[in-house]
Amino acid sequence: MIWWAPILLFQISQALDLPAVEKNPFTSPADVSAGKRLYAGRCGGCHGPTGDGGKGANLGVPVLPRAADDRTLYRVIRYGLTETEMPGTYLTQRELWQVVAFVRTLGQVERGPVTGDAARGEELLRGKGGCLQCHSIGMEGSQMAPPLTEIGSRRGPGHLRGKLLDPASDMPDQYRMVELATKDGKKFNGIRLNEDTWSIQARDFSGKPHTFEKQDLTELRVVRRTPMPSYRERLDGREIDDVVAYLSGLRSNP
Amino acid sequence: MKISIFLALAIGALPLPSQVAHESILKGATESGDWLTYSGNYSAHRHSPLKQIDESNAPRLKPAWAYQTNSMQRFETTPLVSGGVMYISEPPSHVTALDARTGRPLWKYRRVIPDDIRVCCGAVNRGVALLGDLIFIGTVDAHLVALSAKTGVVQWDVSVANYKGGYSITGAPLAVKDKIVVGVSGGEYGVRGLLDAYDAKTGKRAWRFWTIPGPGEKGNETWKGDSWKSGSAATWVTGAYDPDTNLLYWGTGNPGPDWNGDVREGDNLYSDCLLALDADTGTLKWYFQFTPHDVHDWDATEVPVLVEGEVRGRKRKLVVFPNRNAFYYVLDRTTGEFILGKPYAKQTWAKGLDDKGRPIRLPGTFPTVEGTKVWPAVAGANNWYSPSYSPSTGLLYVSVREAGSVYFIGEAEFKEGERFDGGGFRSVPGEDESGAVRAFNPVNGQLAWEYRLFSPPWAGLLSTAGGLVFGGTNEGQFFALGAKTGKLLWRFQAGGAARSNPMSYLSGGKQYIAMTMGSSLYAFGVE
Ligand code: HEC
Ligand code: HEC
Repeated sequence: MIWWAPILLFQISQALDLPAVEKNPFTSPADVSAGKRLYAGRCGGCHGPTGDGGKGANLGVPVLPRAADDRTLYRVIRYGLTETEMPGTYLTQRELWQVVAFVRTLGQVERGPVTGDAARGEELLRGKGGCLQCHSIGMEGSQMAPPLTEIGSRRGPGHLRGKLLDPASDMPDQYRMVELATKDGKKFNGIRLNEDTWSIQARDFSGKPHTFEKQDLTELRVVRRTPMPSYRERLDGREIDDVVAYLSGLRSNP
Repeated sequence: MKISIFLALAIGALPLPSQVAHESILKGATESGDWLTYSGNYSAHRHSPLKQIDESNAPRLKPAWAYQTNSMQRFETTPLVSGGVMYISEPPSHVTALDARTGRPLWKYRRVIPDDIRVCCGAVNRGVALLGDLIFIGTVDAHLVALSAKTGVVQWDVSVANYKGGYSITGAPLAVKDKIVVGVSGGEYGVRGLLDAYDAKTGKRAWRFWTIPGPGEKGNETWKGDSWKSGSAATWVTGAYDPDTNLLYWGTGNPGPDWNGDVREGDNLYSDCLLALDADTGTLKWYFQFTPHDVHDWDATEVPVLVEGEVRGRKRKLVVFPNRNAFYYVLDRTTGEFILGKPYAKQTWAKGLDDKGRPIRLPGTFPTVEGTKVWPAVAGANNWYSPSYSPSTGLLYVSVREAGSVYFIGEAEFKEGERFDGGGFRSVPGEDESGAVRAFNPVNGQLAWEYRLFSPPWAGLLSTAGGLVFGGTNEGQFFALGAKTGKLLWRFQAGGAARSNPMSYLSGGKQYIAMTMGSSLYAFGVE
């Protein structure tokens, strides 16, 4: 009888369905390989096949900031992280534990060193890159684009690199640009904040929020497009590495 | 365990609940302004004959009062109204009687729920039943309880099934003649589905229909091995009743486990069926299976709607069914004969239906470990919330969901009382989901109009003789459309998602429209 709301609206009581044990009872090699198979289907698309992150966080770290112990990791997988793109996943208890077992192996894999120079990356971001014309870090910069303050906790380096080279390739699901014209002849371009059947809320490029009633519009286009320029031509390979190194280090304090 | 709290009985001259006879429910929602059964009448039309509120004054609708529940669970009740008193259920399994004019509570029944109940999708309730001077509620710990309509005091309380085995009750019971018919949830726990009827006065069980035939019974061979034992086919949405045929029409849910069909090869009867059962004995008269061997969790627990219509020059008694699997079905409700079926929303799983109404499946649509993209979504093109049929326009109104899911298969090992779903699902990345209110000619399924909604709705519809259709959105608006035209006449931002069904009633001679939005129940009226 499942008749779920969209993933972000999951309202299932988290008191139910939690494991009674603290320690993962399913850690045999067979469990890990079952976990790997499940991970490939359910997680790999976001976290990368080897867990080094993509659209989802880098799981290839010795300590997961939001899932330090197994029971918490179990819960994060089962219920997701509310108000983020990390969804809850339906698996049996054993399957959940098997995924936990596999995710734990990701933290033990030797990773190649991050090649870029983060300090130079920061300079590029503030200078030549002009990133803060659109983005913010802490209180600094513009509100037009998503804040980069904790971007390293959310996205893996591979995804960040992809974002710089080909910004349109892998956008957040909910991200939309709005182009509209009102009946009294005004044009507006901006970034969608929210929408319903009759109205739309959007930020203009100066960061100011607006609300439009759809009945007052003569044109409304809500498009999956990003205003972020590609840095393929603007930065060289080294410089891209540097910016990625800087972004990867922008993390929440656990 | 169960406590009742009396409130406010001292406030002046409150209306006293009158006895509600089966004959009154038979008349359905009438000009008297009562609403005595979940769907308004036994044909499940969810239509109000009231017309004080109409196309001309609908733009002046305003909230008259609001009642808030304390629960953070979804508030899915359809209120019943009898003699100026409104009876609502609140999550998880509470009942409150309200003065229908002011929204002030008259009494409350608060059930203490064990903390190890098994509910897949929220400890919710969709409404109560009313018969004689009793109110009936099914509980998430799988009991059926009768309360005094005057005081809320428990008159009897019977266990329908063992909640520790995965059963719960979330749907509104249906009062028919001298019996209370009640279905169960548990489709994600591998229960054996059942539909029960109890003597309204005593609580004694009158009959039980197992929705999965046992060994030696016809249909048991549609399950591999012992898989029938954990085959689910729950009955969690209130059905319809036709006094002429004396048949109950009741939908059944998904086979268990939901997404892993390998462990239950076969058609899996009577999962995803419409059942026609003798109301006195519970004997199966006919069945129609919409999705044989379902692997997408497309329960046929939608509300069946009974209409009369002319098919190839002959007047027929019909039951129509906008199914979760995105096909619209018209059946003869006396015989179960398949008359018509066609998609009414985007679907990518079947080439069509054969001349018996059986789907012709497309290859590559079963769940996989990597994930399989299929329309409609796991929540379907329609769901438990109600459609509405207006005898005055002759149209059927449906809240339609346009969305797909990525379906996964997982392991499926049955342990009593534990989740048994064998997989999962995810929304389709990068796809825009949407919704609509669609008005159909119920007999041929032809679209008369549609009103587009931003997202797939979770709320049912009410039509009224005032020429209106009411519905709600996920974004918190309650709205009214012209029933003939589909034109928007009014809307109100209520601040919480619509997750139930509207109804209408009279109090003090005045018409109200009631609907829960978020955790509030609103009554709207015009000055
Ligand atoms: C739709 C993409 C998506 C899928 C599918 C997904 N995740 Fe995530 N996950 C994310 C994102 C994005 C974050 C970071 C959330 C944030 O902070 O905004 C995240 C965060 C996490 C974290 C927290 C990491 C930390 O910082 O401590 C863990 C652990 C995790 N995911 C594990 C999984 C596992 C295991 C699966 C599969 C069962 C999975 N995820 C499936 C997108 C996804
Ligand atoms: C013209 C405005 C603009 C500029 C300049 C710009 N971006 Fe963006 N960027 C955006 C917008 C808008 C988005 C959100 C939509 C998307 O994902 O493409 C975005 C997305 C991103 C994301 C993904 C954010 C997330 O939450 O997933 C990253 C990372 C990013 N930008 C980094 C940068 C860096 C680093 C620079 C400078 C080298 C830069 N951007 C320059 C507008 C800009």
